[in-house]
Amino acid sequence: MAFITANWNPLGEAFYRKTELYEMCWNLRDGLRDCLVAAAPYGGPIALLREPHRRSPSSRPQLEIYSASGVSITSFPWKSGPVVQLGWTVSDELLCIQEDGSVLIYDVFGSFKRHFSMGQEVVQSQVLEAKVFHSPYGTGVAIVTGSSRFTLATNIDDLKLRRLPEVPGLRGRPSCWVVLTQDRQTKVLLSTGPELYILDNTSCTAVCPPGFGPQAGSIVHMSVSFSYKYLALFTDTGHVWTGSSHLQDKLSEVDTKKSTPPKQMVWCRRPKSQQPSVVLMWDRLLMVAGVCNDTIQFPMEDQCVLVGELDGVRIISSTNQELLQEVPLVCQDIFKIASMAPGALLLEAHREYEKSSQKADEYLREIKEQSMLGEAVRQCVEAAGHEYDTNTQKSLLRAASFGKCFLTDFSPDPFVSTCRELRVLNAVRESDVGLPLTYTQFKQMTLQVLIDRLVYRQFYPLAIEICRYLKIPDYQGVSRVLKHWASCKVQQKDLSDEAIARAVCVKVGDSPGVSYSHIAAKAYECGRTELAIKLLDFEARSGEQVPLLLKMKRSQLALSKAVESGDTDLVYTVVTYLKNEMNRGDFFMTLRNQPVALSLYRQFCKLQEQETLKDLYNQDDDHQELANYYVTASYREKRLDSRLSLLQSAVDEYNKAKNEFSAKATEDEMRLLRFQRKLDDEKGAGLLGLSLQATMEALLALGLHKQAEQLYRDFRVPDKRYWWLKLKSLAEKEEWEELEKFSKSKKSPIGYLAFVEVCMKCNNKYEAKKYVSKVTPEQKVKAHLAISDLEGAADVAIEHKNESEMAAVLSRCSASDRSLIDRLNRARASVAKK
Amino acid sequence: MAAHLSYGRVNLNILREAARKELREFLDKCAGSKAIVWDEYLTGPFGMIAQYSLLKEHEVEKMFTLKSGRLPSADVKNIIFFVRPRLELMDIIAENVFSEDKLHSSRDFHILFVPRRSMLCEQRLKEQGVLGSFINIDEYILDLIPYDGDLLSMEYESAFRECYLENDQTSLYHTAKGLMTLQALYGTIPQIYGKGECARHVANMMLRMKREFAGSQNQILPVFDTLLLLDRNVDLLTPLATQLTYEGLIDEIYGINNGYVKLPPEKFAQKKQGEASKDLPTEAKKLQLNSAEELYAEIRDKNFNAVGAALSKKAKIISAAFEERHNAKTVGEIKQFVSQLPHMQAARSSLANHTSIAELIKDITTSEAFFDNLTVEQEFMTGVDTDKVNTYIEDSIAQKDPLIKILRLVCMQSVCNNGLKQKVFDYYKREILQTYGYEHMLTLNNLEKAGLLKPQTSSRNNYPTIRKTLKLWMEDANEQNPNDISYVYSGYAPLSIRLTQVLARPGWRSIEEVLKMLPGPHFEERQQLPSGLHKKRQQGENRTTLVFFLGGVSYAEIAALRFLSQMEDSGMEYIIATTKLINGTTWIKSLMDRPESQTP
Repeated sequence: MAFITANWNPLGEAFYRKTELYEMCWNLRDGLRDCLVAAAPYGGPIALLREPHRRSPSSRPQLEIYSASGVSITSFPWKSGPVVQLGWTVSDELLCIQEDGSVLIYDVFGSFKRHFSMGQEVVQSQVLEAKVFHSPYGTGVAIVTGSSRFTLATNIDDLKLRRLPEVPGLRGRPSCWVVLTQDRQTKVLLSTGPELYILDNTSCTAVCPPGFGPQAGSIVHMSVSFSYKYLALFTDTGHVWTGSSHLQDKLSEVDTKKSTPPKQMVWCRRPKSQQPSVVLMWDRLLMVAGVCNDTIQFPMEDQCVLVGELDGVRIISSTNQELLQEVPLVCQDIFKIASMAPGALLLEAHREYEKSSQKADEYLREIKEQSMLGEAVRQCVEAAGHEYDTNTQKSLLRAASFGKCFLTDFSPDPFVSTCRELRVLNAVRESDVGLPLTYTQFKQMTLQVLIDRLVYRQFYPLAIEICRYLKIPDYQGVSRVLKHWASCKVQQKDLSDEAIARAVCVKVGDSPGVSYSHIAAKAYECGRTELAIKLLDFEARSGEQVPLLLKMKRSQLALSKAVESGDTDLVYTVVTYLKNEMNRGDFFMTLRNQPVALSLYRQFCKLQEQETLKDLYNQDDDHQELANYYVTASYREKRLDSRLSLLQSAVDEYNKAKNEFSAKATEDEMRLLRFQRKLDDEKGAGLLGLSLQATMEALLALGLHKQAEQLYRDFRVPDKRYWWLKLKSLAEKEEWEELEKFSKSKKSPIGYLAFVEVCMKCNNKYEAKKYVSKVTPEQKVKAHLAISDLEGAADVAIEHKNESEMAAVLSRCSASDRSLIDRLNRARASVAKK
Repeated sequence: MAAHLSYGRVNLNILREAARKELREFLDKCAGSKAIVWDEYLTGPFGMIAQYSLLKEHEVEKMFTLKSGRLPSADVKNIIFFVRPRLELMDIIAENVFSEDKLHSSRDFHILFVPRRSMLCEQRLKEQGVLGSFINIDEYILDLIPYDGDLLSMEYESAFRECYLENDQTSLYHTAKGLMTLQALYGTIPQIYGKGECARHVANMMLRMKREFAGSQNQILPVFDTLLLLDRNVDLLTPLATQLTYEGLIDEIYGINNGYVKLPPEKFAQKKQGEASKDLPTEAKKLQLNSAEELYAEIRDKNFNAVGAALSKKAKIISAAFEERHNAKTVGEIKQFVSQLPHMQAARSSLANHTSIAELIKDITTSEAFFDNLTVEQEFMTGVDTDKVNTYIEDSIAQKDPLIKILRLVCMQSVCNNGLKQKVFDYYKREILQTYGYEHMLTLNNLEKAGLLKPQTSSRNNYPTIRKTLKLWMEDANEQNPNDISYVYSGYAPLSIRLTQVLARPGWRSIEEVLKMLPGPHFEERQQLPSGLHKKRQQGENRTTLVFFLGGVSYAEIAALRFLSQMEDSGMEYIIATTKLINGTTWIKSLMDRPESQTP
């Protein structure tokens, strides 16, 4: 495989190689001459604006967008103002910066997304130059205006314009400038010729690069590396100074022996490389200048554009595209002529093995003797990743696989994942996709981003294929692609709502993580409300549907979805929204159709808006609840008459509700209240608010028997309860005569045992005895026991021949009642005999 | 550690640990010293998850109760409000925050909503102009709280009231969410049965939520085989009856709150030898009751009449164990004895406690009043004279016995008669209003709405049919060595548990008729398990059912389910979950409405 090193060019310690990526698919009549070109890094798309300065309306310039391989994506005549600069954002959107400072944003398919302005004053002074840059904060735009002022926007998605301070002595445009992002700050480094300045938010500082003698001349071109770490300056004497962008250290200074400034100067270094270098391009010459004094020179035939990448430079010409990069160390180790690195030996061993030569064994033995087989496999695997040519990849991987056979205990993971990833990379590098990513770039941008970019380009099937192939969890993989697909699908104007909804449903099904409400929101954004509603129907999570439905003013539907979700908080939210949106009548009507929402709203009103509650019941003709409402309200009233009038309303409503009992009870209550107030006024009895029973009790306690009697009759109090009440009251007041009279007034509805017990409770055995004789036979024993008359109780029990009564008496007997116990026992025995 | 949670068939400690982890994560989100302002209602439930020590480890230095006005001063960096999402609480918080700002202090505010954050509440905070003052607004999803080794409770007191009176299904949403959390930890429950409107609603929400998570397959081997959702209103009778198990009676008489009971202190006075008990403790004795206590686990579910014997047996064992010391001769034996001492002493104090409690209860259960009350209850349950005005109730009203007692009895009579005759119905109501006051009108309306107290609409009383088919009354209930669940009410077998029992064997198909008489639909749903998670049951291995009582469950019902789990031939183990542990009194109380009166 000696030929692999054929395109290697040594420069100092390192080698540089140019690999052809594509024969460009495009057919550019006039090459890249007279074009504004922007190619996005990481193998992104290329935008081309022909003759940007042509201003006649009859022949507008053409804006063309191609994939990195030159496949035309779109092209359209440029109808807006003159464009100063084109650039790509991190999410593959095209920025067109116009002379008047407005920036137009298009997606990769050329549809206009939005625009913003770099400031009002720019309209006057015009943009002289502009640059698009990338930082951890996103994509930024920097311009310098006709009044020699710089304006920055660090993140176009969160637009904050910063006008930088004036540069002393600057007229017109600076001779060259770059944007730097360091220490979380975005600055501009500019040269006015002899002077170099750093311009930040607040100040403009003159600086001098270390080791940059005055003899070096004035700076006419500069370039900052992909990572913003390194800076290259080109002077009018043809010197290239390189150093850190902090301007602390100098790396080298090379004399290019060229007096004209290069058309482009781009850093070319791979991460971790110790030997940074810059690529300079003149009309017919491409030069690599590194740390040493040597340079590599490539003649060029065609007009080219350089695109700086993380680990190299892409050179795009009208016919083809090449990648210029430092040869990765591991590839050097393996392929360098006469290399004895383990990987190189393993590759050789495998080659011999395929030729069925015993030399394979010798090589293998050599590696094994140094215990380097693991390292050898690792090298081959790693090198395979860095090779662009599939045959080279294959031979390296085969060698690795071969080496692996002789290893026990070697994790196959790196090998397997490299194979898989290479397969993916090869697929996206295909000309019709056109993402010429290197392995290093791929690792840096991550798989997630790769899928995103495929999705931006609408390579949905490929993206899904990749997700499935790499077994990415659906959530991050297939579902995300489907989500994008669906969001894009809903924008297809030529399809009917029905057709789109069906197509989306069929494809998306119930893939986890695809939110139909999200897709519907997209449809709504595009003004397709009906489609949005159709799509929302597929959303399983009712909760998710609600906010969008509210936004679309489909409040009724929102309400029913909220109810469906069971999440009462959500229902409340919609109800509150409706309440503010609708007039009261409509609002109530809406609630009426949603009983769940209505009851929740009632709850809310019960706590917060009593008055509304009344209206609600009124609307529903819910007389029962309305009556209850009046009852509750009546208790809040301090004044009796207002309380009574509320109770009267309650009575009316109870009547309307055909609740006779409650109406009657409420009327009774009103009657009672009036009665209480009268007595309170007359006698200061303090009755108001007491229950009927408590009122009678109080009256009896006050000796107002007549009034108590009146209540007893008026309110049809059952005899039993009244008797109990009077009995207790009289006993408590020890009005024994009165009690006896009462007991004789008629036959006691509560019997006479009660009399006995109540008297005993008041410790009046004498009085208690009076009633024992009146007690019914069944309760006689109890009565005797109540007054502790054991003999009497025993007599009755024996007379009744009732065993349990006898037992009851016995249980009360103490040891001293010997004879009684004997008597009872005898009686029991005789009863038992029978 | 809460070891007692992990002893059971299902290790509920996993749930508790998950809850603790989440709490720690939230606390660590608020860096620096903190004070917690508690919605008082939450302190009980939180106690089951984390003690103060855990909070302290995460720099919680002060705790306050949420009340209006100014926050107490505390030299802390963070003030965290732990609140339920309720509007009235938001107003208090706003007030707190406002009065704080005036002092120009620089304390950071946070809110932790339990169990779920609410847009409505945040909106209210926004209206009050304080939403921006909060650095963290988070939710702490605490739906099902592990209460004991086989018991989960949401401690959602108003669930029954909200569902049946107010048509507010918030608690059901939380239930469904809680069950989803449970399934995330213990695997998808393949079979769901249910009876009642709320049960249907919860099952629907669960199935819907599962669809919403479609794709993220739960790969945990299911711990539960079956979920049974039961509406409380399917069985309104059981909670009304006086529970006759030991634990049930403790709850009936003293009330168990969040696993703690407060008892009159007199019986627990530490009588030290030679010291006259000069000052009796005046503060109520607070005891934690759960299966961590060996003796309690043994007797809690027994009929109270069997507790005495169990206690005396235990006393003998313990004193025998202490006697062992005389037999300990060798150093080794003494050492072994000493090593057991702490356990034995704990057992002895546990015995002393429960002997005291049993004595307290016995004083009440042997009283005539208790006996009379029970007699009436049992008459109702057996269907004796349920269509007439009951003299005992009448007398009790005349004696002005506590209203709740009256309501319990009247409701019970109504339930056992499938509604009262209009005349009887009106009579009771009038008696109650006249005696206890007109303001109870609202309460009566509520009970009527909840179906607990109602006039008879159809002439047919189907309760006897239900009673006979489901064998709700067992004449020969054996209290000492029970052979049927009816022992928990000394004769009455709780309807809810009979339904559970029949479901396990022979299945509900055998009682279709009765199920139709009970309110709400009954249903069965299956949840697909990913292949490979189908359990291969060992010979003789029990199945596990999670029984969820929507609207509350009584201790006696739990006892009955535990009894079924222990029955040798049942082949079924039960784990119990509920919105709240209730008894007749707390239940009726939750349905009462008392307008606040302004004395005119």
